Amino acid sequence: MKTFKKTSLATLLSATAMLTAGSVVANEDAVKLGLMLPYSGTYTALGEAITNGLKLAIEEEGGQLGGREVEYIELDSEADPSKAPQNMSRLVNGDDVDFVIGPVHSGVAMGMLRVAKQTGAITIIPNAGLGAATNELCMPNVFRTSFSMWQDSYPMGKVAYDQGHRKIVTITWDYAGGKEDLAGFEEAFTAEGGEIVEQILVPFPSTEFQSYLTQIASLEPDAVYTFFAGGGGVSFVRDYAAAGLKESIPLLGSGFLTEGNLTALGDAGEGVMTTLHYAETLENDANQSFVSAYENAYGETPDTYAVQGYDTGMMLVQALEVLGGDTSDRERLIDVLANVQLASPRGPLSFSDSHHPIQNVYLREIRDGKHEVVSIASENLEVPDDACQI
Amino acid sequence: MDLAFFSVQLLNGLQYGLLLFLIASGLTLIFGIMGIINLAHGAMYMIGAYLVYDLTLRLGNFWLAMLAAIPIAIVLGLIIERLFLDTLYKRDHLYQVLLTFGLILVLNEAQRIIWGGDVHRVAVPAPFDASIQLTDNLQYSVYRLFVMGVCLALAGVIYWVMRHTRLGIIIRAGAANRDMVEGLGINVRTLFTLIFSVGVALTAFAGMIAAPLTSIAPGMGDSILITCFVVVVIGGIGSIKGAFWGAIIIGMATTFGAVLIPSLASMVIYLIMAAVLLVKPRGLFA
Repeated sequence: MKTFKKTSLATLLSATAMLTAGSVVANEDAVKLGLMLPYSGTYTALGEAITNGLKLAIEEEGGQLGGREVEYIELDSEADPSKAPQNMSRLVNGDDVDFVIGPVHSGVAMGMLRVAKQTGAITIIPNAGLGAATNELCMPNVFRTSFSMWQDSYPMGKVAYDQGHRKIVTITWDYAGGKEDLAGFEEAFTAEGGEIVEQILVPFPSTEFQSYLTQIASLEPDAVYTFFAGGGGVSFVRDYAAAGLKESIPLLGSGFLTEGNLTALGDAGEGVMTTLHYAETLENDANQSFVSAYENAYGETPDTYAVQGYDTGMMLVQALEVLGGDTSDRERLIDVLANVQLASPRGPLSFSDSHHPIQNVYLREIRDGKHEVVSIASENLEVPDDACQI
Repeated sequence: MDLAFFSVQLLNGLQYGLLLFLIASGLTLIFGIMGIINLAHGAMYMIGAYLVYDLTLRLGNFWLAMLAAIPIAIVLGLIIERLFLDTLYKRDHLYQVLLTFGLILVLNEAQRIIWGGDVHRVAVPAPFDASIQLTDNLQYSVYRLFVMGVCLALAGVIYWVMRHTRLGIIIRAGAANRDMVEGLGINVRTLFTLIFSVGVALTAFAGMIAAPLTSIAPGMGDSILITCFVVVVIGGIGSIKGAFWGAIIIGMATTFGAVLIPSLASMVIYLIMAAVLLVKPRGLFA
């Protein structure tokens, strides 16, 4: 009996050793994707949608990139800027990943990009909209598959003017993302000849809007342009409607005001017009097959975050196919990534010299609880990243 | 700002202040009498809102959902007090802070597991789903007026209990000198259980009644917690009257500060707190 025990233990050990050895061989060959996204806290839904979209794109290609297996290393960023450099170092130095994909939160992006600069790690940003990431912080190894605040709000400036609005009140949270969004809108609107009557900055992340709505009513502008997101977006639109302002002063906004919020908005959202680089109702082939594949896989309608994850996956698929899975030549890898062109669910997608998406921005109106596309507010819009020409 | 809009802003400030009072009253009771700094108070506010959202979906009626959610909140308070806090009364404040901070994490994560990360809403219930015209382009939700009425009524009830009942005398005595109350033969343990459950129920109730006015989202209780601590400190720890006036002051300051001095809007309440503490270090009504 004793002998048997010893033997079986030895067998077990050697079997384990063999298994470990086997997996090491497999891992050496796999493309390692380090996902630095929020899997807990306020932005969980965004982190999950991006991850779902990314995996869907790679699954559609047989779960491989350029003929190599894919290994996902998911690290919860907690959307915490203070932990960003340390988390990024762990992925790049500890896990030795080939690509870092993240983050959602612009504050986290600042910390990540510091490490990206030091290590040269190839980083693909699937959300975080701070303009500086592809402008002042300019790095050849950093790409963006998402948007910048400016890109989504600038087209609304002309739309608002063309709709006949001349005096507009803008309102957002007093933080970098909100102010960058407003700056894009104001730049285009004042260039057309419109006037910003008042710019209201609400302390972040307050959702107590009553006093601001009263102020807006007393200013009597032609329209209001706003950037809020998540719960703040829902609160603002609902309070705006409840105050009876929607009928007399049309509400315009960045797409993030209503993105992912349609159910929570209910009737209050009807008629609200926003600009964004995606709408779930887009009628191109890529979007229709994407929406049905996503619904089959995850049981819910995709939003723009899922598309951003999906396009990150498609970008990798296309680049590694061109390279035959060989990521050893960094210069060539960066060059191939920069020249990726996708027939994305959001429309044609390519990259500028600053590695920022060149894409359509759509004017969308909520009708029957859906973002219906009214028009293309700006076609193949390129962001003027003056400080970054790679 | 003309008179009409000034009056509307007064109304806004009063309504916000009254809701703050409802949340802060539970906090000040627990803080003042039990000496517990309940950091999880904001999380309870969130749980109240999510409970009423969930039950409204299940029962199809907001009022029934409220009726069902209140006992759940009280039981939650009971469980937390008996199972966790009860073992820590003899320890230093730091242990209680650690525990209630841990509760924030647990409750936030529980919220995410049960209800997910999406933003939800509760429709404004009948018969208050109407609005009245205040100025030529501004309406005011009748439900907001109803919420003000409920908050005022509850403030009245709490005031009456504290001033005119034996329980109120014990609570006030407990806030002033806990050892003496215990020495007089009052069962402080039972008192603590009662206070904590009522405190939790009050803030959860505030979350429920505020649900149709706000968006129900993860972390919604975290920011309100800070504001409520400011209210409690201004009013004086343990004082219900202080919580009431503190809440009204903060409600008005937030509303008018936002419009009149927007560059300082996020600091106004802290400036007021600092000013009050300079003049009355223990708060206005301590």
